[in-house]
Amino acid sequence: MSDIATAREVDRSQMTVSDEVAIQISNMNKWYGTFHVLRDIDLTVHRGERIVIAGPSGSGKSTLIRCINRLEEHQAGTITVDGTELGSDIKNIDKIRSEVGMVFQHFNLFPHLTILENCTLAPIWVRKTPKKEAEATAMHFLEKVKIPEQAHKYPGQLSGGQQQRVAIARSLCMKPRIMLFDEPTSALDPEMIKEVLDTMVSLAEEGMTMLCVTHEMGFARQVANRVIFMDAGQIVEQNEPEAFFNNPQHERTKLFLSQILGH
Amino acid sequence: MSEVHSESSLAYVRETMVDQKEPPLSQTGAYRWIHENLFSGWLNVILTLGSLWFIWVVLSHLVPWAALGIWDAGSLAQCREIRNDLYGAGSDVACWAVIAERWPQLLFGFYPRDLYWRPVLAFVIFFIAIAPVLFSSLPRKALFGSMAAPFVIYWLIWGGSLWGPVAVAAGFVLGWAIMNYAGPKVGVLPAILASIVVPLLYWFFVAGPLAGALSSVVPLRLTNVESNDIGGFMLALIIGISGILLSLPLGVVLALGRQSDMFIINKCSIAFIEIIRGVPLIVWLFTASLLLNYFLPPGTNFDLMLRVIIMVTLFASAYIAEVVRGGLAALPKGQYEAADALGLDYWKSMRLIILPQALKIAIPGIVNTFIGLFKDTTLVVFIGLLDPIGLSNSIRASTEWNGIYWELFVFIGLCFFLFCFGMGRYSLYLEKKLRREHN
Repeated sequence: MSDIATAREVDRSQMTVSDEVAIQISNMNKWYGTFHVLRDIDLTVHRGERIVIAGPSGSGKSTLIRCINRLEEHQAGTITVDGTELGSDIKNIDKIRSEVGMVFQHFNLFPHLTILENCTLAPIWVRKTPKKEAEATAMHFLEKVKIPEQAHKYPGQLSGGQQQRVAIARSLCMKPRIMLFDEPTSALDPEMIKEVLDTMVSLAEEGMTMLCVTHEMGFARQVANRVIFMDAGQIVEQNEPEAFFNNPQHERTKLFLSQILGH
Repeated sequence: MSEVHSESSLAYVRETMVDQKEPPLSQTGAYRWIHENLFSGWLNVILTLGSLWFIWVVLSHLVPWAALGIWDAGSLAQCREIRNDLYGAGSDVACWAVIAERWPQLLFGFYPRDLYWRPVLAFVIFFIAIAPVLFSSLPRKALFGSMAAPFVIYWLIWGGSLWGPVAVAAGFVLGWAIMNYAGPKVGVLPAILASIVVPLLYWFFVAGPLAGALSSVVPLRLTNVESNDIGGFMLALIIGISGILLSLPLGVVLALGRQSDMFIINKCSIAFIEIIRGVPLIVWLFTASLLLNYFLPPGTNFDLMLRVIIMVTLFASAYIAEVVRGGLAALPKGQYEAADALGLDYWKSMRLIILPQALKIAIPGIVNTFIGLFKDTTLVVFIGLLDPIGLSNSIRASTEWNGIYWELFVFIGLCFFLFCFGMGRYSLYLEKKLRREHN
């Protein structure tokens, strides 16, 4: 619940939201057995948006973004990503997954592969990129997340923050059009949170469409163009960051904000 | 805190630095080691002395028995005469002469003597072919040679026309070609089906006439050797190695089947594993030798050794499946999710992400199963195959060697130990290597 923000000024010149719809979620519902986790979710994400999803634990925010690349299945309503509707068709699912990058709380790097191999695996096997080209791309993104010198190490030899930056680079190697972040800094020490947030900020500066489930409210203020607050499986409130933090409307939002920003 | 320190009593400044010193003599080297590990207390002293006495008793009987053994004799009676002359009547020494005289039989069974070079060469080829599989530092291209080796080995051991194994091998190449070239065009599942069905049709209808035609043009033949003549340690090795090599892929497939979301595949895998595991191997071997004939079309003469290999493979694969399942279950869910999230399909994520890690975890269990399988090959003695135990029985039944047993069993035991110990060492090597690589 910390308020760590990146030290530098955020360059907003590339952060433009277009009219093009990247993700369209209509009336989506999901149950775990009989437990109704997500209720009547309606959400339209335009290309270039940086959305932060906040809420108490168990509110369904992770489940929501995991539905977008079908790591979780929804039972009612529709999700359309880049014009492709997520159904049971395995081809569509694999296509969407290769267009949508995902960063996990626990990094989920492949421990038996080097950093470079982690980054080139999907481009080589899914996109059929030649190995040389995939390695060049991987090095480009590893430089971008500032750890090219670790390319030939194994994930177990890196710190948590470095691992998470590799995970971001690994997703970027697939040249995704949308990035999903599922609590990317929750498993990190305070010192390492900053380096990961820095990476995410520079990604936002390049105009990436991002959905972040995070408790980093400083990041939300700096980078997001929209904050969504969820509770009990539904979207309770959403607004621009300034208005969201300074003038929350719903009682639940006020309570949540007073608890996380109160100290 | 009740006590009160004045400022000055807490302050301390070192005036001279302490130089490095040797540790006291009683704390280093052999003296310390012996003291700590052997004689640290009265209980430890008793245990040490007791163990030393026990080892002495065992060795003082075993070593003279083995070392003074008689190597040059034609029968047990002759052995005893020599012993009486040398060491006096009743002294306890081994009669290794039985090994010296009968070792070819223990190793090769009734394989024709003048053809021993063939299984020996096959054995050498096996070791050369398995090397690139076991050691990843060897060039990967050598694996193609390894894939061809089984057919050459088959030809060397059983003889016959070279074109038979070649025609069979061509079926595998055919399947691979369909998978590789038609796969991208028609999709994965049809390609898999085609690469199974087409080679099967080929083997049933084309391979036989093709081999016949080729051998009538270029006859490349070795003298035929029947399966019945193959025995001894060679038989144990053939069954054991075939079982090991075939049961690993089958076991992995079963483990994946047991984890599958697809209802029928899942239930079939569970049923297969539980039924095979739940029945003793010896029952399956009797099934192979007696019952299988009833299920096969009349007139088919299905080699008994082949039937045994199939049964042993199925039996081991059920165990392997469970060991691999343990490895799969030990992987964090995040690994599956990360592979999915990158857009890898099921087979790719299994092959590239999940199985390499799961198999690494499962190595000790897999090798353990292999060692068990290899030793269980001695059970084939009960269905009339002449494995080393079976041959030792027939040797003991002969007039010359009637009454001998220790020497034979020690020899057979040593042969098995050599292989099993080797497998165990390899498993340790692999574990260490993978641990070093991944951290």
